[in-house]
Amino acid sequence: MNVATTIDGVPLEALASASEAGPAPKRIVVAYGFWIFLLSDIVMFAALFASYAVLVHATAGGPTGAQLFNQTTVAIETVCLLVSSYTCGLMSLAINSRNRFGTYLGALITFALGAAFLTLELREFADMIAHGATPQRSAFLSAFFTLVGCHGLHVTLGLIWLVVMMVQVAVMGFATSVQHRLLCFSLFWHALDIVWVGVFTVVYLMGVSL
Amino acid sequence: MNLLGKLDWSAIPLHQPIIMGATAFMALVVVAVLGFITMKGAWLYLWREWLTSVDHKRIGVMYCILALVMLLRGFSDAIMMRAQQAVAAGGAQGYLPPEHFDQIFSAHGTIMIFFMAMPFVVGLMNFAVPLQLGIRDVAFPTLNSVSFWLTAAGALLINVSLAIGEFSKAGWWGYPPLSELQYSPGVGVDYYLWSLQISGLGTLLSGINFVTTILKMRARGMGYMRMPVFCWTALATNLLIVAAFPVLTAVLAMLLLDRYLGFHFFTNDAGGNQMLYANLFWVWGHPEVYILVLPAFGVFSEVIATFSGKPLFGYRSMVVATMAICVLSFFVWLHHFFTMGASANVNGFFGIMSMIIALPTGVKIYNWLFTMYGGRVRFTVPVLWTIGFMVTFVIGGMTGVLHAVPPVSFQLHNSVFLIAHFHNVIIGGVVFGAMAGYTYWFPKAFGFALDERWGKASFWCWLVGFYLAFMPLYLVGLMGMTRRLHHYDNPAWQPWLIVAMIGAVVILGGIVCQIVQLVVSIRARDKLRVAADPWNGRTLEWATASPPPAWNFAFAPNVTGTDAFWTSKRREQDKPEPARAYEPIEMPKNSATGFVSAFFAVVIGFSMIWHIWWLASVGVFGAFVTLLAFAFRRHPEFEVPAEQIAQFERAQQAGAAA
Amino acid sequence: MTDVLHDRAPGDIPSEEMEASAPSQALIYTLGLLVALILTATSFWVANTSLLWPGGVGLGLAVLAIAQMGIHLVFFLHITTGSDSTNNILALAFGLLIVLVVVAGTMWIVTDLNDNMLMPSSNAMNMRMQR
Repeated sequence: MNVATTIDGVPLEALASASEAGPAPKRIVVAYGFWIFLLSDIVMFAALFASYAVLVHATAGGPTGAQLFNQTTVAIETVCLLVSSYTCGLMSLAINSRNRFGTYLGALITFALGAAFLTLELREFADMIAHGATPQRSAFLSAFFTLVGCHGLHVTLGLIWLVVMMVQVAVMGFATSVQHRLLCFSLFWHALDIVWVGVFTVVYLMGVSL
Repeated sequence: MNLLGKLDWSAIPLHQPIIMGATAFMALVVVAVLGFITMKGAWLYLWREWLTSVDHKRIGVMYCILALVMLLRGFSDAIMMRAQQAVAAGGAQGYLPPEHFDQIFSAHGTIMIFFMAMPFVVGLMNFAVPLQLGIRDVAFPTLNSVSFWLTAAGALLINVSLAIGEFSKAGWWGYPPLSELQYSPGVGVDYYLWSLQISGLGTLLSGINFVTTILKMRARGMGYMRMPVFCWTALATNLLIVAAFPVLTAVLAMLLLDRYLGFHFFTNDAGGNQMLYANLFWVWGHPEVYILVLPAFGVFSEVIATFSGKPLFGYRSMVVATMAICVLSFFVWLHHFFTMGASANVNGFFGIMSMIIALPTGVKIYNWLFTMYGGRVRFTVPVLWTIGFMVTFVIGGMTGVLHAVPPVSFQLHNSVFLIAHFHNVIIGGVVFGAMAGYTYWFPKAFGFALDERWGKASFWCWLVGFYLAFMPLYLVGLMGMTRRLHHYDNPAWQPWLIVAMIGAVVILGGIVCQIVQLVVSIRARDKLRVAADPWNGRTLEWATASPPPAWNFAFAPNVTGTDAFWTSKRREQDKPEPARAYEPIEMPKNSATGFVSAFFAVVIGFSMIWHIWWLASVGVFGAFVTLLAFAFRRHPEFEVPAEQIAQFERAQQAGAAA
Repeated sequence: MTDVLHDRAPGDIPSEEMEASAPSQALIYTLGLLVALILTATSFWVANTSLLWPGGVGLGLAVLAIAQMGIHLVFFLHITTGSDSTNNILALAFGLLIVLVVVAGTMWIVTDLNDNMLMPSSNAMNMRMQR
């Protein structure tokens, strides 16, 4: 029995589909793996959303969402994050064309907008806490700070990642591993904006209107 | 500012002799093992070949070793409980103080589920799936190493809790309000939480790794319907991991926030809702038991087909049943708390779904039986485990469907009948499956088989011991005994609990037989040597050497049918393949990333438990630096020269000819 | 050639040979941004206007949110229904199913439990979620 196995060379053209084409190229494998990770992250957010939905009226005599939320701030945060998603997309185009200047520019604007988002959010939190609306005040506030804070934490990690990626571009150029990671970053950044759509709709808009 | 947070000398439980004895024993074992390695001068070998390995085969073996070691730890908890309950009748208080007993049952469940069963099935999947798919490794080998070491880090923390501090007394689910700071002010629940968060992250990363591997990296020609059934069950398992573990992460994080920052998710006051915890916990908890049992089902499919000499009966229906279980497992979780007070509509829906989910498993049982029917069954040790499983699991499944009926659950919830049910399915299903897989793939992993006689002895001890230990619990549960009792006053229960204790001792005999089997087999390994295909196997892992080379296959296989290896063996008889020139193979380099990240994870976990904030920050910083070091690696791969492959293959052929 | 035979990576821009007559990529992103901005503005309007029947506001917001998420998926993440994207869509669908089950299931169950198990209390001391 020959231990080095070949089980009939079957010509590539005879194969039916991608499912029989053998191991996929690394770019697809890496991006798909990250896609699955993102889905797991979204399930985690789902659990936090579910908790928020269940605890939204558990204000324990303390302030409610309608009393606390400032829609102008939220609107500006939303636009910042949305536009940063757009500039991230433009950055992806620059990466595909190996355009270094375009990549750095796109990254810089994306970073600035993300940082603006975070600044506004941190100010909002600080304001609430200064007025006694701390996460320790009620279950509603615990759930609010955790859900929105978790999203903010992801944004923070994303910004750190972006900086590291730009250092990698500077040091290693557009090496394949760097390209793969930048593809993953853009997946991450767009997904964060998708989660934010859920957050601002459910927490802020439904919070003040329902 | 106290430099050591809450940690001081009083953390060591000097006043508890049993715990100190156990700690001393554990320390002795650790010293002995470290001393043995030092004596053999094997540290460099261990570091190079195992601790920094990113090879799925090595990682799989390490997972299984972890599982077997933690089996001993979890089992000692079990036998202590059985001993306590055998004597603590009618006014007697037994030998364990109640606070200690509470830690024991909490640790037993936590260890057995998270650090015995999970690593065992993940280890088997690690070892076998890439080989069965005909590929060289998983999608993300370094991440795989990280996953293993994070799991080991969690196990380490739990073991540390024995010596320093205490473990949780809130059961393996940690229900609030008991697990909240107000009622568990000590570090026990914190050990539980951090240990599970760390190992949970490892498991989640593993899930991502395997879903990607199975969906995107199969060998050429291996379309979905040509995958071995073990790989299908691995796919379903890892999809469940990816879908369920984030919920566990979220709910444990919420409890951590309550305990550390005074949040009010589950507290008694300020609007907290404890039922939310139970709900979210079991959203994870039910898929978890399917995560445990599906790989075992996969093992049985492989074993029974191989040793019946027939293809698995009903391949398509097996695939459909597996994926049905995968989806349905997300629709039944409320059956873990029928009695928490939901209305009839809610209980009814989940009750019916829980009954429906038994159907696909029934399909599988019939398929296994029909596989054996008409085949020439060889009653090897893996087959014994399989048959033992089929009988035992069906009984356990039936009591499960009983529990699925809400009115029955109101009678039996949290009784010892329930304990008997889930041990019935977990031991009969998961443990028997793990033992079968362990025996089946051991020769492939190490190049020599396990001693058959000691294997059979161990199986019979486990089987008889299981029935002795748990059938009485069904009876006593029906007689009204609830779970987790430190002592009881109904003398009618005691004889049964004594029988259960005897059963536990018989299982201990089974474990001893397995240890002896290992020692005997290692000693006699030259006589027990096997070639590539000792069982006349059907799937691709048997097509390569035992143990396989790091690169698994010299040439990437082309697959033309289900049971890919069986198909190729048939063709070989008709027309032998032409000789081909070997080509160099690119392989990932070993990496310390996994080991070092886990080290920092332990630092973070331990310092968070003991409120040593500065040390926790150091840990986080260290983990970040490790990540950067990984990210800036220049040449993560190396090439295995064609000549090395040729040499290996020549040696194999020479050995086969001899 | 193998790139055509294999699936597309999620988030990857479709390759040139697949979309010969597609508008330029930058245009796609810009279009996505504009539509998303409009939908976002609409959401804010819906939440604050008195022109809509209040009972429909929640549903309206939900629909708009889903639409915005869809815009992101199609215009920014390049999710298509092409055969090279099947795995990506299946994974997404599985994820969405789980999200639905977790959120809807939790809300159904915990609301039900709250209704049955919480002590009726005077309004002033209302601590928990009540419908």
